[in-house]
Amino acid sequence: MFEHYLNIFINTVFIENIALSLFLGMCTFLAISKKIDAAFGLGIAVIVVCAITVPLNNLIYNYVLREGALTWAGLPNTNLEFVELISYIGVIAAAVQILEMFLDKYIPALYNALGVFLPLITVNCAILGASLFMVEKDLMFTESIAYGLGAGVGWAMAIVILAGIREKLKYSDIPEGLKGLGMTFIIVGLMSFGFMSFGGISL
Amino acid sequence: MSLKQYREVLVNPLIKENPITLQILGICSALAVTSNLNVTLIMCIALTSVVSLSNLFISIIRNYIPSSVRIIVQMTIIATLVILVDELLKAYDYETSKKLSVFVGLIITNCIVMGRAEAFAMKEKPFVSFLDGLGNGIGYSLILIGVAFIRELFGAGTLFGIPIFGDWYPTNNLLLLPPSSFIIIGLFIWLIRGYNNDQIEEDDFDLSKHSVAPNLNKKELNV
Repeated sequence: MFEHYLNIFINTVFIENIALSLFLGMCTFLAISKKIDAAFGLGIAVIVVCAITVPLNNLIYNYVLREGALTWAGLPNTNLEFVELISYIGVIAAAVQILEMFLDKYIPALYNALGVFLPLITVNCAILGASLFMVEKDLMFTESIAYGLGAGVGWAMAIVILAGIREKLKYSDIPEGLKGLGMTFIIVGLMSFGFMSFGGISL
Repeated sequence: MSLKQYREVLVNPLIKENPITLQILGICSALAVTSNLNVTLIMCIALTSVVSLSNLFISIIRNYIPSSVRIIVQMTIIATLVILVDELLKAYDYETSKKLSVFVGLIITNCIVMGRAEAFAMKEKPFVSFLDGLGNGIGYSLILIGVAFIRELFGAGTLFGIPIFGDWYPTNNLLLLPPSSFIIIGLFIWLIRGYNNDQIEEDDFDLSKHSVAPNLNKKELNV
């Protein structure tokens, strides 16, 4: 049983890496990868939010939104799937807000370390994307915990790797027009080709 | 506002302040949906209509939104528009909507929409905001269609699914794989910055030039 969850986790971190093979959360991925410290902080924040919101959205999908999910309330024919997007984004925004207040009160050190990244995460498509892929894969509640955690860890790993490469890149001689953003795009492309080599592994 | 200013708002985001190549907004969807021109075109139309309409509506009610809850209000407007687009697409072109899978839904978190709402529509009048949204949508579409054109033509040898090169052209899988769009966009940025030199990013620090120590001549260096 444990093996099954481990498979989902490994699969999400390496084979279907949310940044490098599904290309989600790219805007922050490219914008905040200049320094390893900042990238690491953002990565941790994404892991936490992803691991919380994906299982939460899974519960909402299975017990409120999906066709026939409201049988427990005496409404077997209701299908609320058209409000899927708006409820997920609501859950994410609320979870981020609550997490922010909780950290501020009980773990101020982590709160200060995450700083401005926490509210930014609401509009990070990696989080909403993880929830949407969770629905597409039709995961159970316990599976969705492994999936959410894996999605966050995969994204964090990718951004830290990119930040490491970009820090080293300072010493290289790049053509004028490619400096900064252009070169970053090409590096991410190459990294992504690299991650495709995990594609042959089946778990 | 004069006619000239209107034109500037509409034309500036096309190349000069392009959302993808300069503002780093809305990149996620740029990569996954560009292997086929048909799908790309529908994605572009969906995004352009969402960003221009959300700018319009947010601008209309901008004076009534308390700043403490503005993100939630903006999100609600954007999410409603995206749901409309999603449902329309499912009703009239189910095949394409399957191909786009979650990416239509992800327009909600597409930072072009949020970014323009926050940076422009919250301050300016409705009609100008609408134009700004339209301009940014078209700027995004230009890059996407450019990438899709290269990928489909040189990858599969077709355009809109119609064969262009004929049988002798073997399928180029490298271009059909999604990561290639990163490299194509990187080259686009190079091209645009070749024209607009002011967009070139500064180095964080200067490297000193290579130099041979002044007192050594060639003989002593053994060359």
